[in-house]
Amino acid sequence: MTTITENSIPASGRSTSDEMVAFVIMALLLASIPFTGIYPYFVMQALCFALFACAFNLLIGYSGLLSFGHAMFLGTAGYATAHALKVWGVSPELGIVFGVVSAAALSVVTGLIAIRRQGIYFAMITLALSQLLYFIYLQTPFTHGEDGIQGIPQGKMFGVLDLSNSTTLYYVILTVFLLAFLLIYRTINSPFGEVLKSIRENEQRAISLGYKTDQYKLLAFILSGTLAGLAGAMKVFVAQNASLTDVHWTMSGEVVLMTLVGGLGTVFGPVIGAFVIIAMQQYLAGFGQWVTVIQGAIFVICVLTFRRGVIGEIAHYFKRSL
Amino acid sequence: MQALYAQLLVGLINGSFYALLSLGLAVIFGMLNIINFAHGALYMMGAFAAYFLLYYLGINYWYALILAPLIVGGIGIILERSMLQWLTGLDHLYGLLLTFGLALIIQGLFQNYFGSSGLPYAIPSILQGGVNLGFMYLPIYRGWVVVFSLIVCLLTWYLIERTRLGANLRAATENPTLVRAFGINVPRMITLTYGLGVGLAALAGVLSAPINQVRPLMGADLIIVVFAVVVIGGMGSIMGSIVTGFTLGVIEGLTKYFYPEASNTVVFVLMVLVLLVKPTGLTGKAA
Repeated sequence: MTTITENSIPASGRSTSDEMVAFVIMALLLASIPFTGIYPYFVMQALCFALFACAFNLLIGYSGLLSFGHAMFLGTAGYATAHALKVWGVSPELGIVFGVVSAAALSVVTGLIAIRRQGIYFAMITLALSQLLYFIYLQTPFTHGEDGIQGIPQGKMFGVLDLSNSTTLYYVILTVFLLAFLLIYRTINSPFGEVLKSIRENEQRAISLGYKTDQYKLLAFILSGTLAGLAGAMKVFVAQNASLTDVHWTMSGEVVLMTLVGGLGTVFGPVIGAFVIIAMQQYLAGFGQWVTVIQGAIFVICVLTFRRGVIGEIAHYFKRSL
Repeated sequence: MQALYAQLLVGLINGSFYALLSLGLAVIFGMLNIINFAHGALYMMGAFAAYFLLYYLGINYWYALILAPLIVGGIGIILERSMLQWLTGLDHLYGLLLTFGLALIIQGLFQNYFGSSGLPYAIPSILQGGVNLGFMYLPIYRGWVVVFSLIVCLLTWYLIERTRLGANLRAATENPTLVRAFGINVPRMITLTYGLGVGLAALAGVLSAPINQVRPLMGADLIIVVFAVVVIGGMGSIMGSIVTGFTLGVIEGLTKYFYPEASNTVVFVLMVLVLLVKPTGLTGKAA
């Protein structure tokens, strides 16, 4: 039985330097976007989804747990941040903290329930939990049901950074993204990350070596959910609304697709995947439900012929870890 | 009391669909090791097949009840032969991802051509109207759905648990290599099993067409509830799937009467409770 990630990580010191070079190139490219005339709104949106996908990948790619309900963290943090900003009128940084803390609390609760089963059941349970949350948000008054929370003030971060200026907002989002990316990178290369990978490869053996695998999985789940929440909180400043779309199962499916396209278990794959999928949605926005059909087709093609994903294939070709 | 019985009946009907769908999921999972995410989309195709048969070819409900599962089951067999069979030996999760993609394709295509609104499907004339049972008014069609689903479920149970064919099937679930050594064509059995599971979903679709209208997304939300039903019941036993399906439908119906706000969520809440008390599901064995 092969594991869900075919992108095995070679044990060589050289891979780390490759990844750092790639990281610096990515950071420089992204930092130069505002000077290129590319629509910043698109890139900001893609960065939020890239962070979302990286958080998701931390779970599937490094601990082998497929969550089919990750939208619940994105959406919950979005609602919490939006509510705090609009109704309580708090500053942006407090709004983000509130959103992230909400997602973290949710991931503790859902994680404790979901890690009781593995594999296929884990996916079904997370999906059902997110659907439960979807119906709750549909009915509770503070989310404003189908309308969502709209017209959210962007405010001034730390009292000085005016987030209604799109260039300022862009660099704030980019900074958050890069820091979160480094955090994830550090996590997967830490002893904790090594244990996660060993659980992914062979959980029974990890247990026999004395690791309390449930605790590791729960911690990975919480970290992943919290970072997905960070993505949801940042997204509020870009879209200036929080709606049911972000909690729906289609969103959970999209993040799976982004990660799968980029490469499960690769460091940079989810970022590429997010940009590809968001760009595709942007260009095909006028074609109605064909977007859904194409997304479905990409799923099928990826699973049947392209399981390593874009970055996974490149890394495999050059025998590097990316 | 009238309203309570009416909701109980609605619960039994939903329970029939849960039972038929979770039964198919369990049978497919047993043989293919795949959780068929496309099950909801195939259920929807069953309803559309009945609709096409009636409005384009003039073929009535009774024939549709046989033809629609055969047509959709045939499509299922093509899907299995052309795609799902290549996943043998890969992680189970790839099956989930592939069938999720198939569900998106099928639902997206139907939405393109039929929008999101419902198409009406008339109740066949013999089953129209209702009877007064004294304590409640029973619409005949709804009673028919419950009774017929129950019969189909029990027949499936009999087929799998009590016949030679079912014995081979169960043996192949346990140890496919050994069963092949006895000269049984296991790959063909796997294909037919997928066809059977899909056919059951399509049958549920035909049954629901006159009740729930024919809509491209009619199976999208339903399949998530059925997943919760499967988690609660466990996929280890056929009878377990049937009983859990009907029971949860009834509980949902009762919730609609006593506390309607929770009727959407009650199955998911029960799933959480069952996971906390007995993580393997009510009838499931340890994974």
